[in-house]
Amino acid sequence: MKKQLPAWLGFALALILLPQIFDSVLGISILNQMTIWIIFALSYNMLLGQGGMLSFGHAVYFGLGGFMSVHALNLIADEIIVFSITLIPLVGGAVGFLAALLIGSFSTRKSGTVFAMISLGIGELIVASSLIFADFFGGEAGVTGDRTYGPPFFGIEFLQDAEVYYLGAFWLFVATLFMCLFTQTPAGRMANAVRDNPERAEFIGYSTRRVRFISFCAAGLFAGVAGGLFAINYEFITEENLNALTSGRVLLMAYIGGLGFFIGPIIGAVILTLMNSLLSNYSEMWMLYLGIMFLLTVLFLPRGFAGFIMMHQTAWQNRRLGILILPYLITAIPASLFLAGFVGLIELSHIGDDTLPYFGLSLGAESMLSWGILLTLTGIGALGVKLSRPRLDAAWMLANTVTSDDGGDAQ
Amino acid sequence: MAEVFVFATLNGLVTGLLLFMLASGLTLIFSMMGVLNFAHASFYMLGAYFAYTLSTYIGFWGGLLIAPLIVGCIGASIERYGLRRVHQSGHVAELVFTFGLAFLIEEAVQLFWGRDTKNYQTPEFFDFALFSLFGQEFSAYRGFMIAIACLIFAALYFILTRSRVGIIIQASISHPQTVANLGHNVPLIFMCVFGVGTALAGVAGVIAGPVLTTFPGMATVLGSIVFVVVVIGGLGSLPGALIASLLVGLLQSYAIAADVGMPELLNLFGVSFDSSHPLDDLWTLNLPQVAPVLPYLLLVLVLIIKPTGLMGNREQ
Repeated sequence: MKKQLPAWLGFALALILLPQIFDSVLGISILNQMTIWIIFALSYNMLLGQGGMLSFGHAVYFGLGGFMSVHALNLIADEIIVFSITLIPLVGGAVGFLAALLIGSFSTRKSGTVFAMISLGIGELIVASSLIFADFFGGEAGVTGDRTYGPPFFGIEFLQDAEVYYLGAFWLFVATLFMCLFTQTPAGRMANAVRDNPERAEFIGYSTRRVRFISFCAAGLFAGVAGGLFAINYEFITEENLNALTSGRVLLMAYIGGLGFFIGPIIGAVILTLMNSLLSNYSEMWMLYLGIMFLLTVLFLPRGFAGFIMMHQTAWQNRRLGILILPYLITAIPASLFLAGFVGLIELSHIGDDTLPYFGLSLGAESMLSWGILLTLTGIGALGVKLSRPRLDAAWMLANTVTSDDGGDAQ
Repeated sequence: MAEVFVFATLNGLVTGLLLFMLASGLTLIFSMMGVLNFAHASFYMLGAYFAYTLSTYIGFWGGLLIAPLIVGCIGASIERYGLRRVHQSGHVAELVFTFGLAFLIEEAVQLFWGRDTKNYQTPEFFDFALFSLFGQEFSAYRGFMIAIACLIFAALYFILTRSRVGIIIQASISHPQTVANLGHNVPLIFMCVFGVGTALAGVAGVIAGPVLTTFPGMATVLGSIVFVVVVIGGLGSLPGALIASLLVGLLQSYAIAADVGMPELLNLFGVSFDSSHPLDDLWTLNLPQVAPVLPYLLLVLVLIIKPTGLMGNREQ
């Protein structure tokens, strides 16, 4: 833990300084979303990355925590209970934990496909019943609350998004710290063991079911905390926040970021939140790009972006990272040509009668010339990548060749 | 009462058999590769959309013939260039891959065909009532759906258990190494089975498109239910898939038709609550409301009690 102290201090500092740098309304709003999604993605990583449990219904704990938090906000506003707004994420966490306690008691018996199926079934079950129990879930309209009615916290009433950000950042820091500490507890280590080799873990005398159950409950708790933050930030919550869409989204975040690495889901959550808030302004088809990016990650970077960064560890230890820079840049040029052409093709195919502004040109879907330009661009890009690949591969081999003096014991 | 019952049964049968068309391919793919194909319902959607486009040029029958072929080819190439690669990273990666594929196909369909509902109609050929009971008509198209589903089940069962191809497929499920040693190209067999499985989903899409409307969300509507069916029936078991499809289809159909609920149940015990009770939603619950939940409830129960499903014999 001592070794990681600088990293934690840096993390805290970044959390404090970020809203000073990105102080626009949009910037703060994106940062607020990030705090929520990072906690949620990290909690998902506890399940899939650390514990090897693929869940298609993790949004259930997020959503239930969120719904209870909004109800708590309303109770505070009606002065039925006296409770500080700052502690609302604890309400969400408690609800997420209780729900995980209940559901995990039978679903963690098996991992793998059976667990995935149960999580899917439970997810659909909760979504379907959310439309039945309209009093609690508010039907399709959802439930709204107001965060400003509670007793002020040292004079702060959470009227502004920036105030909410610091609350979120505090909880993000606490949750991240606890989740990281959890990975170092015996329970966290055993979760890894059960993920990698359940049979052997059983032989040593551990109940794999119990180990999974502990991880599952902890993941539910932190998902609930994220749900509570969601409730404070948006002041409303709907059925969409516990359905398969949200469950899928967190899976995408964790996977794109990199499973198994603690920092992976953080990267994934940041990337997806940025895509969600920025890209959606430019293109209707941003979900398509997200899907393509996800599939490419699964195909070519099975350990996600964090895994991609960690791939360079050996080269770093060999002090040969410099060899890679030039080949990377050379491959990046045709790759960005390909990307530009491909994006242009997709945008052009659903543009209809409008024209597509494209690097100073305006392309129309009717003219053969615009299709020709884009196809040529894509083709040249693809060809260029193909031609420059051998050079990159050679540099990669060279950079990763283990030299005798430092042993190169990377893993 | 009898009238409601008969029509609920018929509707349940149609839904169940439609589910079976999807479930049969899914379960076949699972028994081969041990991977649950999340994108299976997306191939069903592709089938419907291709058939819609083709039917405007060459009519319904042409669509029925060619759309599944296209879908099957797409499926086979996805297996060849995608799944086979991901296979090395393990089952979770495969499951996640098909999950992403489902996501991508839905977006791609919106890109090529737009977000609106397509006017894909049943052919005029079927615009007559097959028979009428209690004054209600049973359309010929529904009869056609039942016939196709039965045909598929019979053909699959015959091929898998009675033909040489079926024997090789079954052998490559249980002993892939041995089959490869005997000189068969096992990866090719896997690819073909995946192609055939997705083509079957395509057939289901062609047939169901006009009845259940062709729109970008049609895969999501059916997707998870098909999963439920396959898991309840027992992964990898064809008869199990048939039984579970019919079970789920009939269960939902009866639940929708039955006009009873908690108030009636509570009345039996002489209990009643006034409408201001905080749990009012619970006391006024009725069966049609619960109908969408039932398959999932059944799924969770089956998985808790018998994780292998009704007829399955393998766990993972």
